[in-house]
Amino acid sequence: MKAGREAFVLTAPAVLLFLGIVAVPLVMTVMLSFNEWSSTVGIISVMKIGNYREIFSDVYFAEIFLRTLRISVLVTAACIVFGVPEAYILRRMREPWRSMMILVVIGPLLVSVVARTLGWALIFAGNGLLSQFLLSVGLTDAPVSLMFTETGVVIALTHVLLPFMVLSVWAALGRMDQASEKAAQSLGAGQFTIFRRIVLPQAMPGVLSGSIVVFTLSASAFATPAIIGGRRLKVAATLAYDEFLNTLNWPLGAAVAVLLLVAIILIVVGWNRLVERRYAEVFSQ
Amino acid sequence: MPGPLWGQAGGPLQREAEAVGLRLHAVCAKTIRRFEGDTLSYLALNGLKKNYGPVCAVEGVDLLVEKGEFVSLLGPSGCGKTTTLQMIAGFVEPTAGDIRLDGVDLIKLPPSHRGLGIVFQSYALFPHMTVAKNLAFGLEMRGVASAEIYRRVAETLDLVGLADKAERYPRQMSGGQQQRVALARALIIKPAVLLLDEPLSNLDAKMREEMQIELRQIQQTLGTTTILVTHDQQEALALSDRIVVMSAARVEQIGTPLDVYEKPTTPFVASFLGKTNVFKAEGKRGCLSLGGYDIAFDSVVEGHFVVSVRPEKLSLAPMSSQGLTGRVAMRVFQGNHWLFHIETPAGPAIVISQNNGYCVPAQNDQICLTMKASDLLLHPTVASAS
Repeated sequence: MKAGREAFVLTAPAVLLFLGIVAVPLVMTVMLSFNEWSSTVGIISVMKIGNYREIFSDVYFAEIFLRTLRISVLVTAACIVFGVPEAYILRRMREPWRSMMILVVIGPLLVSVVARTLGWALIFAGNGLLSQFLLSVGLTDAPVSLMFTETGVVIALTHVLLPFMVLSVWAALGRMDQASEKAAQSLGAGQFTIFRRIVLPQAMPGVLSGSIVVFTLSASAFATPAIIGGRRLKVAATLAYDEFLNTLNWPLGAAVAVLLLVAIILIVVGWNRLVERRYAEVFSQ
Repeated sequence: MPGPLWGQAGGPLQREAEAVGLRLHAVCAKTIRRFEGDTLSYLALNGLKKNYGPVCAVEGVDLLVEKGEFVSLLGPSGCGKTTTLQMIAGFVEPTAGDIRLDGVDLIKLPPSHRGLGIVFQSYALFPHMTVAKNLAFGLEMRGVASAEIYRRVAETLDLVGLADKAERYPRQMSGGQQQRVALARALIIKPAVLLLDEPLSNLDAKMREEMQIELRQIQQTLGTTTILVTHDQQEALALSDRIVVMSAARVEQIGTPLDVYEKPTTPFVASFLGKTNVFKAEGKRGCLSLGGYDIAFDSVVEGHFVVSVRPEKLSLAPMSSQGLTGRVAMRVFQGNHWLFHIETPAGPAIVISQNNGYCVPAQNDQICLTMKASDLLLHPTVASAS
């Protein structure tokens, strides 16, 4: 009884902070999304589902949401493809190389996303490094630009988010008994079979948590799609931004934000269930 | 090793290729590198050595193991026994020396092609596979047909007494059961040699004793040549046909359990295996002087010695007897026997005597320790530091 009250008192500051900075704005955003807006009056304080009806009936919005989903899935897939082997190789490295390489992996996180993305812009632009290289090698005879393309956004986002996947898989591999690889080897398995049948299944908890982080961050990413994608290639986050700050249609922007949030939660929970059921034994350790 | 030629998929093609490679490799190795000497012993370690930089982990191990023999590598931690095992398994590359199995040079073969069964200290079971899948893995790698795999998994599980646990996951099993799965997984591939790396050290005392008996029974049933690494002398004594006692990267003694216990050739072996008393002694003509007690001893040269004698080989006698005098410093009752700590002029001694119902000396009693000259082991004093 007394312990229960103590727990309440001790957690109260954190609870209040959480309510203040997460719950309250979230509830206010949801309320806002049901309001209406006109260019003459501004926000009209009513509770109607007009904004949602507009989003669901207009192909323009569907295209943007689908693009966001496509980019996030591709970025997550790319991070798994590159991040899992990278983490495995890091695990197998010897000190001091291992510590140094981990620093190299985490290093990019120390640089602002905006600065890094502007760097990619220098590479992707029509007169950028990539285009010049392809021209000089002779692989193309016209300048190539990845600016304002989904490919460009996917590449830049993968670069930004890869460390999260690597660290997450790295942690999962740390919980793996190194001897299980040796056991597989002694039973006659080659390196590739060991990776596919012994290491990968045991790395799945890390792949799962890493892909949740990467997926949510790329679905809600703003700076990278804003710089590489620009106005031409909108995603849900830049759409909400434009509705709020350019069109000044706050209720519509709020509805976009709420839909993005709900979609991310549904996808993440579904993915989580799927992977946990498939690899139940690894997760229940 | 499967190269990029075999494609990216780990499908049946890849597995088949690996299995064929495995067989081919073994056949080639056998025909090409048949060794002329030592054809009598099954497994031969010859001058096996491992250096880690300037540190010598194993210094020239020579060992011949017969087919079906159970040999233990026994020693304190850091004595090089595990490194020796790892070199046989192929996980550690020797600095010098060679390893031959049935005349085939093992050194150049990767661990996956040596065909040895290994039980790891941590068991190293695959946590994401059922017990049956764990066992099937080695057979799949050898391209065994699935009906045959099914039959052999059932047979091997039966052997280790886990016939009803095939669909369990390792996590759902006790330590002893996991231990059996690890043993079954190593045995199912019919290994040329079974390597056990401290397999029982994670079990509680009672379980360990049970597993010791079972391990010995299984090993004798199958006749699998076995090498056990352990720091537990009782385990080595109970299980082995022969014991290799190691210390500080060297082999101290190789012999049957009875031999190494009764006739240790070095003070280290004497003190490492079982309890032992070490006395300072002086050699005189035809006799040995232990703290004022002269015991007739043939073939003794003059000079200073260290004498070791087992606690159970000393008997307590009244002061009037011929023997080493002493005072009972402590008396401990241990059920089936008594343990005495005795202070003598030659140094402290421990004595174990059977609890056979007779009355025993009390604390502070003056007594006399009698011993037979044949139970004394003489070591030159230079090595007395150990």
